[in-house]
Amino acid sequence: MKSTWILARMTFREAVRRHIVLTGLVLGVCFLVIFSVGFHFIYANMSQPNPRVPAAAQLIGLAEGINFLTLAGLYAVTFLSVAMGALLGADTLAGEINSGTIQTIVTKPIRRTDVVLGKWLGFALLLALYSLLMSGGTILSVLIQTGHSPPHILSGLALIYFESILIMTISLAFSSGLSGLATGGVVFGLYGLAFIGGWIEQIGSLLQNQTAVKVGIVASLIIPSESLWRRAAYEMQTPLSGALGMSPFGTTSVPSNLMLVYSVIYLVVALALAVNTFRRRDL
Amino acid sequence: MTVAAINTEGLKKNFGERAAVKHLTLQVLQGEVFGFLGPNGAGKTTSIKMLLGLVRPTSGTASLLGAPIGHRPTLARVGFLPEHFRFQEWLTAREFLTLHGELFGMQARDLKSRAEELLERVGLSDFRDKQLRTFSKGMLQRIGLAQALLNRPALVFLDEPTSGLDPVGRRLVRDIIHELREAGTCVFLNSHLLSEIEVTCDRVAFIRHGEVVRTLELAALDQDLSLVTIRAAGLTPEILSGLERWGGNIQAEGERLTLTVQRETDLPEINRYLVTQGVEVFAMTPNRLSLEEIFIETIGKDGGL
Repeated sequence: MKSTWILARMTFREAVRRHIVLTGLVLGVCFLVIFSVGFHFIYANMSQPNPRVPAAAQLIGLAEGINFLTLAGLYAVTFLSVAMGALLGADTLAGEINSGTIQTIVTKPIRRTDVVLGKWLGFALLLALYSLLMSGGTILSVLIQTGHSPPHILSGLALIYFESILIMTISLAFSSGLSGLATGGVVFGLYGLAFIGGWIEQIGSLLQNQTAVKVGIVASLIIPSESLWRRAAYEMQTPLSGALGMSPFGTTSVPSNLMLVYSVIYLVVALALAVNTFRRRDL
Repeated sequence: MTVAAINTEGLKKNFGERAAVKHLTLQVLQGEVFGFLGPNGAGKTTSIKMLLGLVRPTSGTASLLGAPIGHRPTLARVGFLPEHFRFQEWLTAREFLTLHGELFGMQARDLKSRAEELLERVGLSDFRDKQLRTFSKGMLQRIGLAQALLNRPALVFLDEPTSGLDPVGRRLVRDIIHELREAGTCVFLNSHLLSEIEVTCDRVAFIRHGEVVRTLELAALDQDLSLVTIRAAGLTPEILSGLERWGGNIQAEGERLTLTVQRETDLPEINRYLVTQGVEVFAMTPNRLSLEEIFIETIGKDGGL
């Protein structure tokens, strides 16, 4: 346990010293600035009174518009967090095995399991900070400008964060056996599969095409990352767009609680695989 | 009876079809400085990796300090400097030693003073707060050596410890190995530099195709083994083959004859034999064999390929 913590600290420090944190921070702030400025102008445009529309309808439309833009921002944040998770996990074990750095680590009186768990923990902490900055920043920016915030923020943000650590864990699992580049390829491939599967399910559900919905569910079973985003979007959508089921970020086919449980199990299994592969391999 | 520092029994490693280590049977005593010699690709590094639990043996058994390989508490008493060392270059020298000391399970206070002591010993005190990325290869080798000695190991593996070092650095490593021997630490040294091995090791093993083909006490090198050069006339093939009972590697070229003999006391007998065979002996010069000559003799000129 103590060794896990030592290695988590090392992983965290590595990210700081190798400017991963700094670049993430700078680009994150850039993202937030662009989002905020863009949002500011769209919001100004949206809040212009329109004499042909009743005031009550205008108010509802404005609230929907704000929520839509917030979710659009969070969708981009989700993608960035996933990419961050994939990249952090991809080269860590593979890279250290390749360079030989790992040799003086695993010949210490620690378990190889501690090495994997320590790295996982370090990355999970980093991603938590990243999520907090990006998702929190997006929501805060909207809140300051409009006084609006989406419902169920905590569960929504937790789901987005969970998606990023799920992808990071999958990346870590592949990285324990494959090269960093191959891992990156596989993980982004899987993410793409989940992405397209999610949209097929969504559109299938809108058209009430059960086969398309099943294709989407199968894709979510192969990799449940996108279903986590859709659940997050569902949690954070306004009651109205939920009822209408029309928003591209709202969701007509809601991933069930069972899918959430499945995702948790998926993560645990991926982590166990990472540990097991790393424990068995020659270094 | 004290337990051996290293004991291996038929250790074997296959990578796919290829046997990297065929059958390694070896015993290294505690407190001994042991040289592990062999041509490139003989399986030296793979053997070390198996002993340290980095590589899983295909078959065979081994123990370190009396415990089976992979026994974690034992690794707290073992140090290791890998051959192709790459370290966490974003750490400063002191942070690097702290990290590795923590992984050894050392107490903070002890670790702090030990790290300072070793930084001093390997001549890096002035660079303690510099990141390793700014270090030269030789400096990295020094900090790597300090890392291997942090836990005051009972057994330390040094895989090519002098490969990146200039003569001053090599001298430092040699001195440190002497100090380790004084302190009763067992050093397992893998090096290509036979002259280094010759001055530092008590005993060496020659390994070829992953098997120990010979072990040798270096202290015995002086008396026991020598190359004899004889200048004589009237040598015939029959006479030469008669010499085989005293030595090997017999080579004759005109009046010049060389052979290796096991004992110095064989020399008068060889002389007597040659004279009774009617050979005129002009000179007989025993030379002490260098480790390099023994290496070539043992491994072969082809380098065991």
